[in-house]
Amino acid sequence: MSTGVFAPKPGAAPLARQVLAQAAMEAKLMLRNGEQLLLAVVIPVIVLVGAVKADKHVDFNLDQSPIDAFTPGVLALAVMSTSFTSLAIATGFERRYGVIKRLGASPLPRFGLLAGKIGALFLVELFQVVVLGAVAFAMGWDPHGGVRTVLLGLEALLLGTAAFASLGLFVAGVLRAEATLAAANLIYLLLMAGGAVVLPASAYGGAGDALRLLPSGALGEAMRSALIHGDCSGRDQLVLLAWTVVGVALTARTFKWE
Amino acid sequence: MRYGEKTAVDHLDLTVERQTITAVLGPNGAGKTTTLETCEGYRRPQQGTVRVLGLDPVAQRRALLPRIGVMLQGSGAWSGVHAMEMLEHIARLHAHPLDTGMLADRLGLHECGRTPYRRLSGGQQQRLGLAMAVVGRPEVVFVDEPTAGMDPLARRTTWELLEELRADGVTVVLTTHYMDEAERLADRIHIIDHGRMIASGTPVELTRGGTSTIRLVVTRPFPDGAPASLQAALGEHVEVTPISEISLLITGPADHTTLATVSRWCEEQGVLPESLSLGQRNLEDAFLELTGRELKPQ
Repeated sequence: MSTGVFAPKPGAAPLARQVLAQAAMEAKLMLRNGEQLLLAVVIPVIVLVGAVKADKHVDFNLDQSPIDAFTPGVLALAVMSTSFTSLAIATGFERRYGVIKRLGASPLPRFGLLAGKIGALFLVELFQVVVLGAVAFAMGWDPHGGVRTVLLGLEALLLGTAAFASLGLFVAGVLRAEATLAAANLIYLLLMAGGAVVLPASAYGGAGDALRLLPSGALGEAMRSALIHGDCSGRDQLVLLAWTVVGVALTARTFKWE
Repeated sequence: MRYGEKTAVDHLDLTVERQTITAVLGPNGAGKTTTLETCEGYRRPQQGTVRVLGLDPVAQRRALLPRIGVMLQGSGAWSGVHAMEMLEHIARLHAHPLDTGMLADRLGLHECGRTPYRRLSGGQQQRLGLAMAVVGRPEVVFVDEPTAGMDPLARRTTWELLEELRADGVTVVLTTHYMDEAERLADRIHIIDHGRMIASGTPVELTRGGTSTIRLVVTRPFPDGAPASLQAALGEHVEVTPISEISLLITGPADHTTLATVSRWCEEQGVLPESLSLGQRNLEDAFLELTGRELKPQ
């Protein structure tokens, strides 16, 4: 009955290939999920179009045209939705459904899984930037030009992703899957409305300075400085780094893969 | 292995030969899954040593994992992932995976290849779990209750696959609470209960070559000292094993004399036989004698 088909020939794929496979898989699942897609692109597009239209009726005290003023904040919102809310929810349910346990018995090591997750975030964010950028350009977006602007925008995206992802994993690690779903969405809504992401901190009056200490405010301001002025204050970047340190420390202390 | 106050696996001494099928048999809560998960490196034993392929499953996990295949009990996939996508993903993590199409054909997964995991039937999820365990061409596979919830056809397919794995040189360790599964597949059976090994041997050894048995079940509990008095009435050449307060097992020649003695004894004791069945001593009897418990999923 021996056919030799199943003759043992074990071995792990090269780590880079494993990480890439994991990143592609997670990104695909995120973008296939209706609610995640809503969070990733539909809501940011609605916010962008809505804010620009609302500016005709409400005075936000902007120094720029509404599309130039709001696009950076909407990109920041997109980064927040993916690296915080989507990541937390996906990880919460992966723990619940035993996906992480199952992958724990595969050749993919834990740090490979983490790298795959980060890779998936960047893939989804790339997709978001392309879609939101296209909508914004179609609406007459005219960002500060040049390589420096692009690099500073990328830097804000990377730092924002790091801060929010570490906090998202913390939430997913300490709460049950359903509680993670609720908390991640609630925090997202609160920060979207009152966290100086889409609206500049200056629009919140006296509270603006305090809001820049939140990861949402810092990411929003960093994105605005980069894309509106081609500039970087350093302060917002430091705030994001500090949140990353806090998030990583909390996650490292509390997170259980299973 | 302890979980808090409860000791799940206690001084279990178990060796598995390569290229064999070993069944770990026991009722729910016997410690089967804990035993497997200790071999898979998920749990660190508080006492004792575990070696798989000569490696420590916890300390040398990275070296061990590519060489073993694991089928967990229940789930282990994203709820929205398609069945074949999941299998292909696990395949990509290995250096020399099996052809996923061939594996899907063998396990009848093609019909549900594009079905999201959450909509697969229990049996389909089990088959996908088995496919994920073997796709990396492991040397050892650990399968936890591989046929639980499968229909008879899927069970047969699964058994054939496990037998083919053994023929091709793979070592298979499975847990089950199905007697027929252990009896049909296993080269060696280890019966565990309450985390302890209570018997171990080949299926033939455990059933002692098919001695005849009489199982007696009565309508109300035996009076005190019943097994001893029946043993005295029957003499040395048979063995009386109490199973519960209304049933016992008589092992030995089931001839006219024995039967007549048993029914006379019932009359003397004032108990009425509800059933008196003659048969060969099978694994189920062996298990009943050893544990005094029925080996049923419930």
